[in-house]
Amino acid sequence: MNKLVIAALLAAPLAACGNPQGKIDPSEQMGPNPLIPEPAQGLIADVGVPDVVGWKDGETPKVPAGFHIEAMATGLTNPRTVLPLPNGDVLVVEGQRTGTEPVDRPKDPIRDFIMSMAHGGGGATDKGPPPQRITLLRDANGDGKPELRTVLVDRLNAPFGIAVVGNDLYIANTDAILRYPFTPGQVQIANRPQKVIDLPGGLIDHHWTKSLVASPDGSMLYAGVGSNSNVQERGPEAETNRAAIWEIDPKTGAYRVFATGLRNPNGLTFYPGTNVLWTVVNERDELGPNAVPDYMTSVRPGAFYGWPWSYYGQHVDPRPRPQRPDMVAKAIPPDYALSSHVAALGLAFYTGNSFPAGFRGGAFVGEHGSWNRSKFNGYHVVFIRFAAGRPVGMPMEFVGGFLDGKGHARGRPVGVAVDRTGALLVADDAGNTVWRVTYTGGGPARPAA
Amino acid sequence: MAEIVDERRGKRVGIAGHPYSALFLPVPIVCFTGALITDLAYVNSGGNLLWLNFSCWLLLAGLLFAVIAGILMLVDLARLPQLRTNIGWGSFGLLAGAGVIEFINSLIHARDGWTAVVPAGLILSAIGAIVVMSHGWLWHESRYGPGVRA
Repeated sequence: MNKLVIAALLAAPLAACGNPQGKIDPSEQMGPNPLIPEPAQGLIADVGVPDVVGWKDGETPKVPAGFHIEAMATGLTNPRTVLPLPNGDVLVVEGQRTGTEPVDRPKDPIRDFIMSMAHGGGGATDKGPPPQRITLLRDANGDGKPELRTVLVDRLNAPFGIAVVGNDLYIANTDAILRYPFTPGQVQIANRPQKVIDLPGGLIDHHWTKSLVASPDGSMLYAGVGSNSNVQERGPEAETNRAAIWEIDPKTGAYRVFATGLRNPNGLTFYPGTNVLWTVVNERDELGPNAVPDYMTSVRPGAFYGWPWSYYGQHVDPRPRPQRPDMVAKAIPPDYALSSHVAALGLAFYTGNSFPAGFRGGAFVGEHGSWNRSKFNGYHVVFIRFAAGRPVGMPMEFVGGFLDGKGHARGRPVGVAVDRTGALLVADDAGNTVWRVTYTGGGPARPAA
Repeated sequence: MAEIVDERRGKRVGIAGHPYSALFLPVPIVCFTGALITDLAYVNSGGNLLWLNFSCWLLLAGLLFAVIAGILMLVDLARLPQLRTNIGWGSFGLLAGAGVIEFINSLIHARDGWTAVVPAGLILSAIGAIVVMSHGWLWHESRYGPGVRA
């Protein structure tokens, strides 16, 4: 870290010379037509990471007037994904990648250290390796206070994605999709899993989270496979079939690459009532605090979204070589920008009835929060209204208060989901909590225009 | 090993009686000139990252040894008045300058891909190599006087 401190001191006068991106407000980089500035590569990457302090008794995130938030479960270990089931059970994926990436350059351990701070280190206790498991919360009466909490499946390998189809529970470990026989209502699974397919893991496994969703008819699985680097600095060989969404036939284990050029796609979700797959994507780092905006997009089969050679269509990234003008020409821009470095990891469409009508069909996005930006961005759950299946207007902060305004993070949102009562669930991996937001009425509670 | 005790210049910093200069001083020179070569190889290969990784490690190793060598040079300069000539100070200044240049260069080289080298990294590697070679050349002269009598 000393090197970084020295670097910061040395770079301070240079930074004072003025950053061409400095005057951009994140709101200019939201929506369908974001402002995309020229790359600004300083001497050192613009870095800012809050200390994780956790939630004190009585502290909760903030929600708009008319809504109520409370913890559904605390004391979890790095909860990242929540999957509510129709019977009121909620499956919570607790896991994280263990081990460190191989060191190619002196920079690698420094960046890994910063990024590990950004992840809050939740669960990295002195009691040994963090749990890698699915916890089941049973809330039969739907009051948000679980009557039962059990470990459904344990000893996974950095799990993230989860899906239930009929009597099959699919779990996306970082290196494979597993299928467990699962009868809803069951509170523990003793059976060994069947492996559906290997996913790209390996020694580097830079973006390790494998998001998972089943098609509406349950016949296909879709897995997000993030890139193995920021912008192919581990070489093109490390990126085989990565930065992509895979389509997998769970019966045969056959797969095809469904869409590519998606640097780190998470929150895979079908738009309700359609066969249109949506995802939120973490775009590239180290091109400045306001480049490149993360985004939410519908995913067109066979489409290429630019990574690593370009972003937002034909904005060429000068870094990866050899350049590929043929691929840049193919790149399509995403649907909706979320602003830079927010680290969107969760996406859920509002399918419930208990929130006001304006929320129906809109998107909740869990933004884990920035590290490649000295001024924090993200660190909240936003709501984006939809009309006719397309996002409209600007994002509105829906769950905030994860930062305390003094450079500390109480928690950080990841996965979001809507439970059978229409409440919004938020997995908070740094706060080790699952939050539940309900509508109590009375307030104005209208989504952003 | 005649320079351990030099009647004209006095005893220099040594390790177990042997002078440091042969051990530490060449490393920055070799590493920084090496980084220029691997930078050129990177550009010439059209971006084979192997060469960029080589450059990064060469810069780091060169910097570590430059710091050690610089400290030992300062000790010598402080102890031995006859070294405090324009050439002696100039040699130290050039090593310090090379260190600053290559530190900034290593920050540039920490970028991901082409812009880690082209153009700023390559330019700094070339300047750094020239400066560090000048340093070695002058330090040699400060030890042995004009002409090579080693």
